[in-house]
Amino acid sequence: MLEKADQLFILLRNWIVGFLPAGWQAAAGVVLGVIGIVAVFPGLFAITTVLERKGLGRMQNRIGPNRTGPFGILQPIADAIKSLTKEDIVPLNADAVVHFLAPVFLVVVVFMGFAVLPVGRNMVLVDMDASLLFYFAMGASTEVSIFMAGWSSRNKYSLLGAMRAVAQMISYEVPLLLSSVVVVMMTGSLSLVKIVEAQNRYTWGLPHWYIFTPWGCAAFVMYAIAATAETNRSPFDLPEGESELVAGYFTEYSGFKFALFFLGEYLGMLSISGLGTTLFLGGWSAPLAALNWVPSWIWFFSKVMLSIVVLIWVRGTLPRLRQDQLMNFAWKFVLPMTLLDLMVAALWRFLGDGWARWVVCSAILVIVYVAAGRAGMRGKHFGPRTYRYAE
Amino acid sequence: MLGEGILKGLAETAKNFAGSFVSAERLTTVEYPEQRIPTAENARVFPFLIYDGTDWEAGMRCVACQICEKECPPKCIYIEKSKDKKPDFVGKMQIYPAKFDIDVSVCMSCQICVEVCPFEAIKMDTEFELSTTDRFGGLLFDRKHLAKSNEYYHEIHPTEATEVDARLAEEKAKAEAKAKAATQAAAAKAGAPASGPAPGAAAPTAKAAEALPASKPAGGGE
Amino acid sequence: MSFVFWLLAAITVAGGLAAVLLKNLVHCALALTVVFAGLALLFLQLDAQFAGFAQILVYVGAVAILVVFAILLTRSSETPKDGGVFSRTWGAGLAISAAVFAVLGWVVLQSEAGLPREINVPNVTVLQIGNALMGRYVLPLEIVALLLTAALIGAVIVAMHEKGDAK
Repeated sequence: MLEKADQLFILLRNWIVGFLPAGWQAAAGVVLGVIGIVAVFPGLFAITTVLERKGLGRMQNRIGPNRTGPFGILQPIADAIKSLTKEDIVPLNADAVVHFLAPVFLVVVVFMGFAVLPVGRNMVLVDMDASLLFYFAMGASTEVSIFMAGWSSRNKYSLLGAMRAVAQMISYEVPLLLSSVVVVMMTGSLSLVKIVEAQNRYTWGLPHWYIFTPWGCAAFVMYAIAATAETNRSPFDLPEGESELVAGYFTEYSGFKFALFFLGEYLGMLSISGLGTTLFLGGWSAPLAALNWVPSWIWFFSKVMLSIVVLIWVRGTLPRLRQDQLMNFAWKFVLPMTLLDLMVAALWRFLGDGWARWVVCSAILVIVYVAAGRAGMRGKHFGPRTYRYAE
Repeated sequence: MLGEGILKGLAETAKNFAGSFVSAERLTTVEYPEQRIPTAENARVFPFLIYDGTDWEAGMRCVACQICEKECPPKCIYIEKSKDKKPDFVGKMQIYPAKFDIDVSVCMSCQICVEVCPFEAIKMDTEFELSTTDRFGGLLFDRKHLAKSNEYYHEIHPTEATEVDARLAEEKAKAEAKAKAATQAAAAKAGAPASGPAPGAAAPTAKAAEALPASKPAGGGE
Repeated sequence: MSFVFWLLAAITVAGGLAAVLLKNLVHCALALTVVFAGLALLFLQLDAQFAGFAQILVYVGAVAILVVFAILLTRSSETPKDGGVFSRTWGAGLAISAAVFAVLGWVVLQSEAGLPREINVPNVTVLQIGNALMGRYVLPLEIVALLLTAALIGAVIVAMHEKGDAK
């Protein structure tokens, strides 16, 4: 019974595909999987928008939207109707073809990233040998679409926003990749399915998730920082900061195209949270061996939504980073820490099993982190401001 | 340690989030129009005319002296005097305004009309939900619209209203005393012409003389 | 030589032609991105997963952006060329490219004739690529890494120098 609940969607797909002739079954299975992805993740996107607005509101001592439906849960429908019925303005001088293709390309590329995430046991759309590489390839392609959006608007400020966004995304791509490479190194495979299966083991009831190891925890923190920067989320949202650059690279977009950009950004957030869950939080595996009766896809989506909640929480807390501050942070702090983490992970493997490796690896990471932090903060005063007035 | 501030900030926002469900201090939103913050006593929006008693025409304090019309900076008051007279609160016959229009879209709520009115006839209202779809006529308030009772004034500005009432009662008492003194003097003059004119006349005349200078400053102060 | 191959080849060649023939330079850069993507898809069609995805990651994700940045920083995208896209020496260029193509085609045809027809395509996993890179081909790998490091240091020095001049 529980097996059935766990494999519910696989059984459903097999049942539907059973109605078709044998030659068409494989393709039909894939199409059904695609339909599932296209239905579920935009639904999660709608929930995320409500969660974000209500959550941010409560954190800022106010209520979020509460007039559309009970507790504002029908707000995404209102937003959808608004974006669909708004006039689609294309500036006269804008490059119409590229202006149209940019949001389309973004959404296509982001959806492709979902194809390799293992949503549950046996529930991955495409099981490739190098699926992590595919995911990062798709992530890198989003930068092209952002550049296309900023350039085609023929607007200095859009172009500036696009340049800043692309520079930020490129800067944080390297820590993102390196922190994932630590996981690949310890698992020995680029396949996301194998990475989750490697974490699906339990010792004394506790799981072997990579976040529970010193190098995994450090890698997770750096992955989280890089992921926040990759999706242009606060505190790294200068390219789209509403108070800074109007709307950055999508200033000139209105109506449905703006909705597509919005969709692309939030789907990117869900997608990268999904990858983080797969790499560090054990994907679809349960937190305790005793809880294995809960279907695996429920665990996956709970962990993804938890990551989203943390992202929203961070957005409500931190002020925006300036462009040079965030790039300094990427190249001068996060990147060296990821390289150190790679070496610590190798040390972890060489020290063999036992408690010694826990102590040594944690000690190295913590000491270097604190020392680097102190060194970086030297010379900066963070007390109350002192003023000098003219006499 | 690097990142300490971030963690403290995250704790603070978490407190905000959790606290907003339980304490009013962490959720300061007032969901207008279902909930309203009570207006302060000194709030002022647009002027209104006070009337005493129940009949708004008979009890209206305004005597159409047109001081507020002249003093109003954006000139939003328009007054037309009446041809006849009606008795005011002390019994004296006064003219009253046949037309008293305030253009509320022009009025800037400066309260100068209230400050200069010698008869405590015009005061500031606190009603602000005056939206209308008629841009020109809907915001031109006439005499009838502006007339509100003294009880209403007590409701919206209690301390001011009691103060004004006390002042008006004092003036009324003074005027009555003056009138009584005048009638007593006339009666004394008419009733006792032969017997004891000096002491009898001295006392009322002294009283009248006392009363006259007393009422003169009062009349000059008004 | 399936239908998918012809389709991908058509897309790639069309992208290449567009990259050469279009007037607006940024359009040319985007057409070049299409060429890169087409090549990556051809790699995938040949079942070389690692090569295909690495092609997208590196070329589309980084090189295309680099090309675009270079175009924008040198400001040649604002005035599209009025005098057509062909330079005066187009004859010599055509002759040289035809010669190179002839040589390459002859080499390929010569080599293909010698190979057996039905060959078992080995399923090269990323693990085997990794082993080969770290085992047999470690020297070229380190040399390439050294080259990249030198380029990075050079870029930092050039950028720092400019900052020093500006100050």
